Amino acid sequence: MNRFEVLKTIVPVVRDRLVVCNIGSPSQELRFLCDQDSNFYMLGTMGLCSSIGLGLAMSCDESVIAIDGDGSILTNLGGLATIANNPCSNFVLLIIDNGSYGSTGDQPTYAGAQTSLAKVAQACGCKHVVECSGKHLAATLEDVLERGTGGVIVCKCDPGQVPAPVVDLDPVVIAHRFSARVSRGRLDHAGTSSANAA
Amino acid sequence: MTCRAAAAPGGPLSGRKGILVATATDKEIVQCLVGNGVQFITSLPCKQLAGVIDLVEREPGMRHVPCTREDEGLGMCVGAHLGGRKSAILMQNTALGVIVNAIATLVQYYHVPVPMIVSHRGEVGEPVACQVEMALHTRPLLDMLKIPSYSFTDPGQIELLDGILGHCFMSRKPVAVLAQASFWSRAQ
Ligand SMILES: [Mg+2]
Repeated sequence: MNRFEVLKTIVPVVRDRLVVCNIGSPSQELRFLCDQDSNFYMLGTMGLCSSIGLGLAMSCDESVIAIDGDGSILTNLGGLATIANNPCSNFVLLIIDNGSYGSTGDQPTYAGAQTSLAKVAQACGCKHVVECSGKHLAATLEDVLERGTGGVIVCKCDPGQVPAPVVDLDPVVIAHRFSARVSRGRLDHAGTSSANAA
Repeated sequence: MTCRAAAAPGGPLSGRKGILVATATDKEIVQCLVGNGVQFITSLPCKQLAGVIDLVEREPGMRHVPCTREDEGLGMCVGAHLGGRKSAILMQNTALGVIVNAIATLVQYYHVPVPMIVSHRGEVGEPVACQVEMALHTRPLLDMLKIPSYSFTDPGQIELLDGILGHCFMSRKPVAVLAQASFWSRAQ
């Protein structure tokens, strides 16, 4: 399974959830499979997907899924230490580890060779680190979300992508529709809470 | 949830609290950030920022999350902004060498307001020669990036901070306050 096939399996799980998605092919493929207001597409800035996701999760009650890649995580390993030391029960970092820099022609990464990102995350102090294959990702992600502990999932899969169209949305539009969706979620949450209280 | 901005005071490293080193000027900086609705702060330490960092760590209305690199810090600031929280970063001017891409392709591209409170090393009185090298590039980099910057040389200029923060959030742009050695040495 390559990343596109893996993403396809988690569409039902990420639907209507807050998703921060890595630059390049991941965002293109996710948009092709499941465009929604609650997707934040990165258009640049390799490496910061996990950091944006963490900052967001610390600022809202909803679950946040950051869909990052192995090459991207390798540029921001310090971010795993920040995640570990600021445990966030509504934050799931999903690293789709295809052992390659997919958007640039599938050059190999160190994660596909000697470096285990799951072990790096554990060594950084991250709790709830799971490594799984593409076949088991949907169930694993659902399980982590259900338990409400947050966590890091490293999904090992094959290199390769599909030629999905470039994300041609204006960045300000991406940010605006995403923020508006976060606010709606907050209001809905407040509504549910007060209804429960009543 | 264990982690919302402005939840409980005291960040991940708060167990290591030492003696509070903050000056009245440090307090004014933090009160100004609070007054402007900033609820999320990230930082990478500089000696001169130690007091401010100490205070934000103890500020009940603020979530302080130390970063391991300043571009990572900006990523978290953008995330907090998307979550509806105003954010800010505390850093040394050498960080400008690290954050250029994050500023251009994330903070500015998505119109995210992030005030940067920058301790500006390398000016007259600087004891560490290497600090002078990045000091020479600091203003040119900020100008090149079209980041409005404000140089503070005296603690009296702290009264400008409120307007600068307001300007940042109004214009949805990053701004930089460059606090010079004389600003910190005269602070009390
Ligand atoms: Mg990859």
